[in-house]
Amino acid sequence: MTNELDIFVGNTTLIDEDVYRLWLDGYSVSDAVGLRVRSGILEQTGATAGVLQSDTMDHYRTFHMLERLLHTPPKLLHQLVFQIPPSRQALLIERYYAFDEAFVREVLGKKLSKGTKKDLDDISTKTGVTLKSCRRQFDNFKRVFKVVEEMRGSLAGNIQQHFLLSDRLARDYAAVVFFANNRFETGKKKLQYLTFGDLAFCAELMIQNWTPGAVDSQVDDMDVDLDKEFLQDLKELKVLVADKDLLDLHKSLVCTALRGKLSVFPEMEANFKFIEPCRSDRWPLNDVRLFLNQYSASVHSLDGFRHQALWDRYMVTLRSCLLRMYHD
Amino acid sequence: MPGKLKVKIVAGRHLPVMDRASDLTDAFVEVKFGNTTFKTDVYHKSLNPQWNSEWFKFEVDDEDLQDEPLQITVLDHDTYSANDAIGKVYIDIDPLLYSEAATVISGWFPIYDTIHGIRGEINVVVKVDLFNDLNRFRQSSCGVKFFCTTSIPKCYRAVIIHGFVEELVVNEDPEYQWIDRIRTPRASNEARQRLISLMSGELQRKIGLKVLEMRGNAVVGYLQCFDLEGESGLVVRAIGTACTLDKLSSTAAFLPACNSPSKEMKESPLVHPPSHGCRSTHNSPIHTATGSRLTQNFSVSVPTLIYTGMGSGSAGKEGGPFKALLRQQTQSALEQRGGSPHRFCRSREFPFFTLTAFPPGFLVHVGGVVSARSVKLLDRIHNPAFVGIMGNTRSYKLLDWNSFNSDEPETRDAWWAEIRQEIKSHAKALGCHAVVGYSESTSICEEVCILSASGTAAVLNPRFLQDGTVEGCLEQRQEENLPPGCGFCHIPYDELNMPFPAHLTYCYSCRKQKVPDVLFTTIDLPTDATVVGKGCLIQARLCRLKKKAQAEANATAISNLLPFMEYEVHTQLMNKLKLKGMNALFGLRIQITVGENMLMGLASATGVYLTALPTPGGIQIAGKTPNDGSYEQHISHMQKKINDTIAKNKELYEINPPEIPEEIIGSPIPEPRQRSRLLRSQSESSDEVIELDLSHGKKDAFVLEIDDTDAMEDVHSLLTDVPPPSGFYSCNTEIMPGINNWTSEIQMFTSVRVSRLSNINLTNQTLNKNFNDLCENLLKSLYFKLRSMIPCCLCHVNFTVSLPEDELIQITVTAVAITFDKHQAVQTTKTHVEKSLQRASADNEELLQFPLELCTDSLASHPFSPAKEHLESASSNSGIPAAQRAVSVEKASPLTEGHFRQRSAPACANSTVGVVKMTPLSFIPGAKITKYLGIINMFFIRETTSLREEGGVSGFLHAFIAEVFAMVRAHVAALGGNAVVSYIMKQCVFMENPNKNQAQCLINVSGDAVIFVRESELEIISAQQPIASCQPACSGGEIAT
Repeated sequence: MTNELDIFVGNTTLIDEDVYRLWLDGYSVSDAVGLRVRSGILEQTGATAGVLQSDTMDHYRTFHMLERLLHTPPKLLHQLVFQIPPSRQALLIERYYAFDEAFVREVLGKKLSKGTKKDLDDISTKTGVTLKSCRRQFDNFKRVFKVVEEMRGSLAGNIQQHFLLSDRLARDYAAVVFFANNRFETGKKKLQYLTFGDLAFCAELMIQNWTPGAVDSQVDDMDVDLDKEFLQDLKELKVLVADKDLLDLHKSLVCTALRGKLSVFPEMEANFKFIEPCRSDRWPLNDVRLFLNQYSASVHSLDGFRHQALWDRYMVTLRSCLLRMYHD
Repeated sequence: MPGKLKVKIVAGRHLPVMDRASDLTDAFVEVKFGNTTFKTDVYHKSLNPQWNSEWFKFEVDDEDLQDEPLQITVLDHDTYSANDAIGKVYIDIDPLLYSEAATVISGWFPIYDTIHGIRGEINVVVKVDLFNDLNRFRQSSCGVKFFCTTSIPKCYRAVIIHGFVEELVVNEDPEYQWIDRIRTPRASNEARQRLISLMSGELQRKIGLKVLEMRGNAVVGYLQCFDLEGESGLVVRAIGTACTLDKLSSTAAFLPACNSPSKEMKESPLVHPPSHGCRSTHNSPIHTATGSRLTQNFSVSVPTLIYTGMGSGSAGKEGGPFKALLRQQTQSALEQRGGSPHRFCRSREFPFFTLTAFPPGFLVHVGGVVSARSVKLLDRIHNPAFVGIMGNTRSYKLLDWNSFNSDEPETRDAWWAEIRQEIKSHAKALGCHAVVGYSESTSICEEVCILSASGTAAVLNPRFLQDGTVEGCLEQRQEENLPPGCGFCHIPYDELNMPFPAHLTYCYSCRKQKVPDVLFTTIDLPTDATVVGKGCLIQARLCRLKKKAQAEANATAISNLLPFMEYEVHTQLMNKLKLKGMNALFGLRIQITVGENMLMGLASATGVYLTALPTPGGIQIAGKTPNDGSYEQHISHMQKKINDTIAKNKELYEINPPEIPEEIIGSPIPEPRQRSRLLRSQSESSDEVIELDLSHGKKDAFVLEIDDTDAMEDVHSLLTDVPPPSGFYSCNTEIMPGINNWTSEIQMFTSVRVSRLSNINLTNQTLNKNFNDLCENLLKSLYFKLRSMIPCCLCHVNFTVSLPEDELIQITVTAVAITFDKHQAVQTTKTHVEKSLQRASADNEELLQFPLELCTDSLASHPFSPAKEHLESASSNSGIPAAQRAVSVEKASPLTEGHFRQRSAPACANSTVGVVKMTPLSFIPGAKITKYLGIINMFFIRETTSLREEGGVSGFLHAFIAEVFAMVRAHVAALGGNAVVSYIMKQCVFMENPNKNQAQCLINVSGDAVIFVRESELEIISAQQPIASCQPACSGGEIAT
């Protein structure tokens, strides 16, 4: 005797958080049942494997029906078919749009195209995230990207409005969209040690300071692209490196100010420029901070350097990014 | 021209894409009522059209208002080809026709298509202006209120309970018309939906007319059912209890209920004399024919059993009852009633009540369950020429059709009249003049139909009579001296001249009157009844194989099997009751389902221990071959198992009645042996019945004799029923005896399982086991699914069995899970005041846990809205961005008042969807129903030709049931309600053809749309009224403490 049809429909839609997680993680029904059995649920509840199988199938079916609505979360709130308390609706949306750290680091900065989608197989193998889950996460990125790409107003705000995500998650998505749009290569070996959190932090600062939206909150694509004018202007700053006199002057100013305060002073003098050397020389974070502060501040004392405002726009963001990225 | 119907089409949303090229839709709407159609403008290129139409006005008879549904069709405009239908909405405008219900229907309705399901929503406003009609020959019955609830609705008082009303209408089923071969499935489904809607309206109007003639103003316990008879047609029938109800205002609330007798109730209590005639003056041929056509139809009446609950004694297979039954079944129904003057009597005098709960003092005694079944052959009555006419004109106006087939409804009427007559005489045999908790049902397979009726024989309070009989007065005086709560258990029949042998004792409560040892009823537990411990769901399950046969042979085979099934179901119920250590069954419902090659019996009831009845004896097993040592050992092992189970159950259900010394009770009435006797009443009861005494001398013990493997199986199956996991209880009555502290958390659900029997060479044993496992596993699944609600009780558990195909068994369960407060539930003696105080403080504590900010948010527009659950959700709802909270809340219906608007809680700020609760119970725990908005009675068909793509049969039905719930909720919300009570899924007919990738399902649901207010909110409102209405809900805490 086999059950051909087996359904349970509640007036309030039952959502089992554990099963939802398994479904999001891309497990098949039988895998999910196996995992649930291993969690000891049968012993706790006295249920049989058959009951668990039926329950899992039922939840999977519900999630499958809800998935269409989750693609446009406002629809989930307005639809009449599933009566779900608001807190549960929020949970469904938030979890659906949540992504794995391992996965996002693979995709971040790549073009959200069919080509990348083909690589999901490899990403799945590499990260241990199931292919199904990779697809969902990738499609989420792409869907959010498409919706907010051409929109006016704050990037995170738009995402929040159209996908009803939490503040935190909306800002993460803003970073994903920002990186994807600007194709920042985050997969380079040198950058491997950076977490998504680090990159999201940087993206947020860049969105705040380096996009057209930082200057004018009414332009199109204000948060998505980098401010072209600003990038153009940055060339002006090259003078700080290119002009030998200016460089030397800047260097001496920084060195004088920091003498005795830094535990790694000799190395600083020698290296002066980049983050990687500091890391390889194991500078304490505090020293890096002091150095960068001084580095940006002392420019103001450079006579003959006219781009103070530009420098600040550049350096304030860069300094924060560098500090955030300065870890093991 | 007594009415004007006004309709406005406001907007649509979430429409499907109808034009692939633009990914948009050019939608417009057709509004149709009767033969008049209006159209809106086309709203181009939008999935969220804003039509904002003018008011479409229909000037119509109120007769049409009652019969016709408002039909709204959403279409996609196409310049070059035919416009494509997107879907339809049928709106029953009946709730607008009585003054106390809804005044406007306004809200978002799902647009439904029988092939695609829900496709977006449409916002509609409907109003009715009714003109007073003084025409006394009118055909309409506007103003008669209908309630599905099987008790007097909460905000009403029963002035008079008039009695039974019934009606049926018949039509051809569009699915079986010749035209169905050439039209699309969609057209066929829509024709069917519309026809049934029309028939329901007509039926309700006709019942209403009867009520008006009885001078009533309402029908309570209204139950409408469809019989899909296939080729022979479609029957829509309804029964109910006519009442005169008074709306309870605060001043009228203290008047005692049900004490205004009517002069017309002299002859028979509570029912109008037949001379009055409840027949409608309507000229439909349905009512005119008088001669019985019974003899034209093949008909087998099944000897009927009375479940009096006289249970003690032997249940041996060769016992007397069995033989008696064998004899009985050879007699036909007509023979049995030969000579009865009532044979063709068209009297409507059925003292039946579809109510299951009664005003205090209404129910005096309960005799036991009476039931009657009869097997009928559905005859093909259709004239092919006539069908052709029907098909061409495509007219489903019922009167036209009936004029061609006037004999048809008469036949069905006669069938039911016959059954009711039988029930009535059974009740008489039990010394009862009335039947309460009455219901009727059918089971159809091909051309065979089993008609069933059952109820509880009862004596009702003679105080309802103006001039009570002497007997009645005496009885009344006696009753008044008794402690309350045991009177209904006292036997109504004469103990010296009993219709059957029974084991009687003096009542364990009052010790003055006689009571039976076991009591079976179809009603809810009376509120004043005293019970020990908790109750539990008890089910008897049974299958019987039958040979496939045609026509008369088939009907005979079925009617031969039925008595055996009834008998075994009764035995199982009795055994299981004893095993639980209980002595009474309430809400008993026995369903016999007929299939091609088998019969299924499923009985559900709620077992309790009534303090008035004696403690049930145990179950003793007796072997047939006492000399075999190992056999003896086995028997004693089984005996031990049974004793252990009884002990365990007593502990589980907290059954520890106070010990009463034998001498106080007095000796039992002289009755030589305790026996299980199943009896029909009337002539047969006087027959000499050979009985075997199988009681092994042990007093009070119920002896099970194990004489063969079958019996062994039976005993085993008794022990396989697993009790629900700890923290769970279940019952099929409204409330669970012994649990009284419900919280407001409820979850109504429907679960459906279809199982395929794998083995073709089935035996009764394997079939029984399969069926038993199917039911048990389903229950286990429910317990598992609802485990987060523990401690919790499944109430009103309603199982329905159908046999859609040869090897398929379908079980549909609808119930509501209600969480209760474990700690308070134990203390049953708390006074109401204490309880309400506790509840108030508990609620306020909960309210205060949440940030004040939330309350101030909602302060301005809706001071009392933050119900507990919404505050909870709000506090955990970090996912909804703050920016969204500013979005203004759109009301789903302009009717809903501030404090009903659960949707106005800040958390669901940009959701316009209000919460609508659904429950099969007549009440909402922790809340007060303030208004009944009208009956919900909806019928849907869903069909698919892409079954696999829709997730197979499970995916298809899951989506459909979810959609049905959604449409019910939308209609309730549009009426301004926030709940539907007494909800029932009356039919869920599922058919599949996986090879063709097709499936079809028909669902019929009904219930009462209501507005409820949380008791905690009521308290706060009343407490705050003298202060200021703009106080936040949180401040209620200060008042309570």
